[in-house]
Amino acid sequence: MRLEPKSAHAKSQTRAIALASLSAIAFTLVIVSLLVIWAGAPVFAAYVALFKGGFGDVFAWSETLTRATPLILTGLAATVAFKAKLWNIGAEGQLYAGALAAVAVGGLHGGEGFDLATPLLFVLMILAAMAAGAALLMFAAILKTWGRVDEVVVTLLMNFIVLLLVSWMLDGPMKDPTAMGWPQSVALKPELELTKLIGQTRLHTGLLIAVSASAIVWAIFRFTTFGFAARAVGANVNAARFLGLPVARTAMLTALLSGGLAGLAGAIEVAGRTSYVTLDMSPGYGYSGIVIAMLAALNPLAVVPAAIFVAGMLVGADSMSRAVGVPTYIADVIVAVSLVAVLVATMLTRYRLRWK
Amino acid sequence: MLSEALQLLLSDPFWVAVLRIATPLIIGTLGVLMCERAGVLNLGIEGIMVAGAYTGWLAVYLGAPLWVGVLAAMATGGLFGLLHGVLTVPLALSQHVAGLGITLLATSLSYFAYRVTFPKVTTPPTIQPFQAVAPNAMDGIPVLSVFAASTPLTWLAFALVALVAWVLYRTPVGLAIRMVGENPQAAESQGINVTAVRIGTIVAGSALMGLAGSFLTLSAFNAFFFNMINGRGWICVALVVFASWRPGKALLGAILFAVFDAMQLRLQQVPGNVLPYQLWLMAPYLLSIAALILVARKASYPQALMVPYRKGER
Repeated sequence: MRLEPKSAHAKSQTRAIALASLSAIAFTLVIVSLLVIWAGAPVFAAYVALFKGGFGDVFAWSETLTRATPLILTGLAATVAFKAKLWNIGAEGQLYAGALAAVAVGGLHGGEGFDLATPLLFVLMILAAMAAGAALLMFAAILKTWGRVDEVVVTLLMNFIVLLLVSWMLDGPMKDPTAMGWPQSVALKPELELTKLIGQTRLHTGLLIAVSASAIVWAIFRFTTFGFAARAVGANVNAARFLGLPVARTAMLTALLSGGLAGLAGAIEVAGRTSYVTLDMSPGYGYSGIVIAMLAALNPLAVVPAAIFVAGMLVGADSMSRAVGVPTYIADVIVAVSLVAVLVATMLTRYRLRWK
Repeated sequence: MLSEALQLLLSDPFWVAVLRIATPLIIGTLGVLMCERAGVLNLGIEGIMVAGAYTGWLAVYLGAPLWVGVLAAMATGGLFGLLHGVLTVPLALSQHVAGLGITLLATSLSYFAYRVTFPKVTTPPTIQPFQAVAPNAMDGIPVLSVFAASTPLTWLAFALVALVAWVLYRTPVGLAIRMVGENPQAAESQGINVTAVRIGTIVAGSALMGLAGSFLTLSAFNAFFFNMINGRGWICVALVVFASWRPGKALLGAILFAVFDAMQLRLQQVPGNVLPYQLWLMAPYLLSIAALILVARKASYPQALMVPYRKGER
């Protein structure tokens, strides 16, 4: 069994990609249906509940978009890093680091320490969160560039370290004394919180920030020399070095941008949704970001719809679970199966499988 | 203080705990090591260990003997390994992404299956796990007494180190595995089927990962919990680099790691401990990163690691 490249006619290519996406979706639907049957629920009703819960009405959409907001940012974080072949699997930790930093700036010294005008304090809070996320990934990138340490393992292990750090902070220095023993941090100053986009829902202006971030990342890769260098380093690091591109500096900038986006996701979650840090504020948004980046084929603009799809599945699975009693873990299965299906399908649009 | 520490290091319960912590790491590290020796990174380990822990435990819970549970865990691991192999070898997908996909798939499927099979349990159902081989039989004899107080799976872990080392360095199969991991073109020119050797090795390595996961539910504990693997798989990936892809050094690395982990557990309980417990829990992860930094500069990766092989392409 081996692969050989297909001839790339633009027209047949578009058709092949459409066909591949459709078969990936069909494959996912079949697998998930089998699991729903196994769970003893009616398949059709389960799917209806899933899609109604995720996309059925204004409220469903508001919940889905609220979930999609951090996912867009972590999806972008993975996209930026993977384009330059910096394997950042640490967006989860970077998100929490950003959330901690946001509360450190915008909550701890509420009214006393940082006596700044609200807009200034808001900017400072965002910058601190991005710096915290970026610093974490810079550590791994520096080790990779000058110490030949594999960044996959380092960023993965850092996730556990950061989560323990958060737990420590919530127990001690940043503990909310009024929380009756719940492990949560002090709250952000109320004037720093993001305004709601639709009344009576949780949807907030963070969505607009996330969508603009996707446009900005797209523009960076399309129009700047850094974007060019990052793509070149990702395509072939030896060729990039031979061309005289600043490989080390590109890796550092990539880490800065990718980690910064993940840190921003943490700040936006705090400012838009929770207003304080908890240990379960992210149900794996950092890891889902990787899936989203792959579903979007590393295209920053496609990250937005990919994130909305994943968020819709997560939200829909909750209501499906309530309606027909299928465990909510089905959402992660849907996301995992669709990831594998899409990866295989895109590979088969570019290569033909030969059995000899 | 010093004599107390020394006493701790010489006590049997401490070393039994060390071996209990080390066993899944030894087996898991061997699994990663095999895959990487054949040139394929397998980040599926974290999820495969979850799946192995679940299926092994489920088989025993449904009435199968313990060793059948072990086999079930290995079969599950092998199945996910086969998927990883097909994705990364003939389809040549990114090994990072495929591995993470396998982890997500195996983890979510296990949790889903657990919830489907046990919808309404609040306390996890338990089984009768592996017992110590011969408790108190060797009391007073150093080393032997520790092994006697460990379970058969720990013995198996040590046997597997020898077996994997023997296969890799003393058999034609091992030569083929190392060859496709170093120079697949040369292997092909010797008539070795690179695709088959790579997939076969990934299946075998992933079976070991499943076995490593089942140790937790069949020996260390007696039930399946969510998040019970908790990064052990990733630590195995780090240990392989630390061991420079050698089974003997993997055993040493895993035991060294377990010694530190067991010590931090003991030190947490020393009266007068002022450090927050989270700092102690961080120690194993910090230690792994520190170990990587120490060895990475002179690490000699298998030359074809993460390089997909396409026949006829250079």
